[in-house]
Amino acid sequence: MRILKFLLRKEFLQIFRNKLMIRMIFAVPVIQLILLPFAANYEMKNINLCIVDHDHSEYSRNLTYKFTSSGYFQLTAIADSYKKALKVIEEDRADLIIEIPEGFERELIRDNQTKVMLIANAINGQTSGLSVSYANSIINDFNSDIRAKWIQIPRINPQPMIEITTSNWFNPKMNYKYFMVPGVLVLLVTLVGFLLTAINVVKEKEDGTIEQLNVSPIKKYQFILGKLIPFWILGNIVLSVGFIISYVVYGIYPAGSYLLIYLFAAIYLIGLLGFGLFVSTLAETQQQAMFISYFFMTIFILLGGLFAPIDNMPDWAKILAYLNPVSYFIEVMRMIVLKGSGFMDILKYLGIISLFAAGFNLLAIFNYKKTV
Amino acid sequence: MNAIELNNITKTYTTKNNIINAVDDISFSVDEGELFGLIGPDGSGKTSIFRILTTVLLADKGTATVMGLDVLKDFKAIRTIVGYMPGRFSLYQDLTVEENLNFFATIFNTTIQENYDLVADIYKQLEPFKNRRAGKLSGGMKQKLALSCALIHKPKVLFLDEPTTGVDPVSRKEFWEMLKRLKTQGISILVSTPYMDEANLCDRIALIQTGKILEIDTPQNIVNRFDKNLYAVKSKSMFNLLNDLRAYSKTESCFAFGQYHHLVLNEKYPDINELKSYLKNHTEIEIELVKPGIEDRFMQLMKK
Repeated sequence: MRILKFLLRKEFLQIFRNKLMIRMIFAVPVIQLILLPFAANYEMKNINLCIVDHDHSEYSRNLTYKFTSSGYFQLTAIADSYKKALKVIEEDRADLIIEIPEGFERELIRDNQTKVMLIANAINGQTSGLSVSYANSIINDFNSDIRAKWIQIPRINPQPMIEITTSNWFNPKMNYKYFMVPGVLVLLVTLVGFLLTAINVVKEKEDGTIEQLNVSPIKKYQFILGKLIPFWILGNIVLSVGFIISYVVYGIYPAGSYLLIYLFAAIYLIGLLGFGLFVSTLAETQQQAMFISYFFMTIFILLGGLFAPIDNMPDWAKILAYLNPVSYFIEVMRMIVLKGSGFMDILKYLGIISLFAAGFNLLAIFNYKKTV
Repeated sequence: MNAIELNNITKTYTTKNNIINAVDDISFSVDEGELFGLIGPDGSGKTSIFRILTTVLLADKGTATVMGLDVLKDFKAIRTIVGYMPGRFSLYQDLTVEENLNFFATIFNTTIQENYDLVADIYKQLEPFKNRRAGKLSGGMKQKLALSCALIHKPKVLFLDEPTTGVDPVSRKEFWEMLKRLKTQGISILVSTPYMDEANLCDRIALIQTGKILEIDTPQNIVNRFDKNLYAVKSKSMFNLLNDLRAYSKTESCFAFGQYHHLVLNEKYPDINELKSYLKNHTEIEIELVKPGIEDRFMQLMKK
């Protein structure tokens, strides 16, 4: 016990003596939590719109007006031919072209139907998809306005109509930040737990100090615990700092219990620290450790369900996402923060993450034995 | 009992293209309380021997013991009774002098106070800097700190891998004086160095080259085995002189040695005048009969 106490003391001395590191540990969550949720916003506003109006009628003007007043679109260009409009897209001044054909109004009145063409710039798939669907709903709206004007509503509605109203459960206003902030927080805890452990152990290798420790009566479990405990504590500190920021800046606090989150985080961190330790057994230099960690971090982030929902992924990617511990923590975090899930609801995830924790640590210890 | 014993220790490293015999069937022993030197150039296998003896590297073949303990079976026991100072400075650079010493005392289950008398001589010089970070010390100070850390648990055997490489001459001299004092405390010391002048300070030395031992004896006996006349030759153009001497029909060996070239001729009673006339193109020629050193014997053995 005395030796372990000293190993921990040494580790904390080193962490706190590294001024840049200690600043980063606190600055990173603050900056990322404040910046990222604002920047990574799925809601599209200010879609640049180019209109090609061949009709110049009251109806076509009304349609244009409907677009610009929707709040989503910004009329950045008006072209008199399709060719010129395409040029506007090529110059990246527009994300969407609406071409209103000649005789738009006439056909609408005479034949009760007409056509409008939408051309979206699909360089960014997400922007184009969203802008087309926004445009569709605006045109639909326009359509029903006309109907309302034309058809004198009879006493009995000739056509049965289904009106759809939606309500967003757990996040009524669809506040994007409620959804983003807990996820970003998970990434931060992951970064501290995983990356710092990996690099820290490799530093001992690089400095040759691990050789000195090997030629000493120090036991393997003492060495491993001496490395895991400090970063486990740091991970929890980062989580707490994150919660404070979430509350102060966004007013977000879990609908469920903090305790439950910390319970999950405790096991999650053990798993990730083990994984960091495993990476450190593979790498000889800090550079290698950085690169390996970065590789895994990228996969963790992209397949973690933070940005793209896992349900949308192809089957093979889903399998990878299920093998990704980060995806479970993000899931659990959102469940507890937004939904207020209780212990029984997350029991399944607790089980899975415990398996990860056991697996990663066994892998690390097994591999550590082999290399040293 | 011998402090250290190696029997037919072999260690090979395999790389993609070739197999390197780092330690090639080496056997030797170090007596208790002896200061034993491993003398050899870089890459001769010194560090591998150290790592095998300190139980951090496994030998392919052969057996080795430290204080009668087997490096394979009793590695745990060995780790408590040896002090190891690796060739590269490997203490915590971001911890202070005192913190480092304290840390290494603790992991060996002891305290600075308990064995202070052993390191007192060395540590006294470091004490003014005890709150300075190890990374900010000078080269000589670093070595003194590393030695203190290797000594703090009162080891029975001390392994010092090139402790004076990259250290200034004054500190080197001090360092060796410390080793002599430690020897009087009954600590057996195995030390390696690429410097031949330090070899004279050991009780016995092993000359080692490409993983093989060339000779083991006291420094004096090793020098005595050099049975030829040795000449130090100098002229204005040293580079041409070396080429000319090597081309000389009666030359056995010739190599650069400081300001001179050390020359051995293959005759028992060489005719220096003949040599002088051979070198008539050179100006400012000096030819002197000199006493051989360990390096000369080393070069002679390498030739064989």
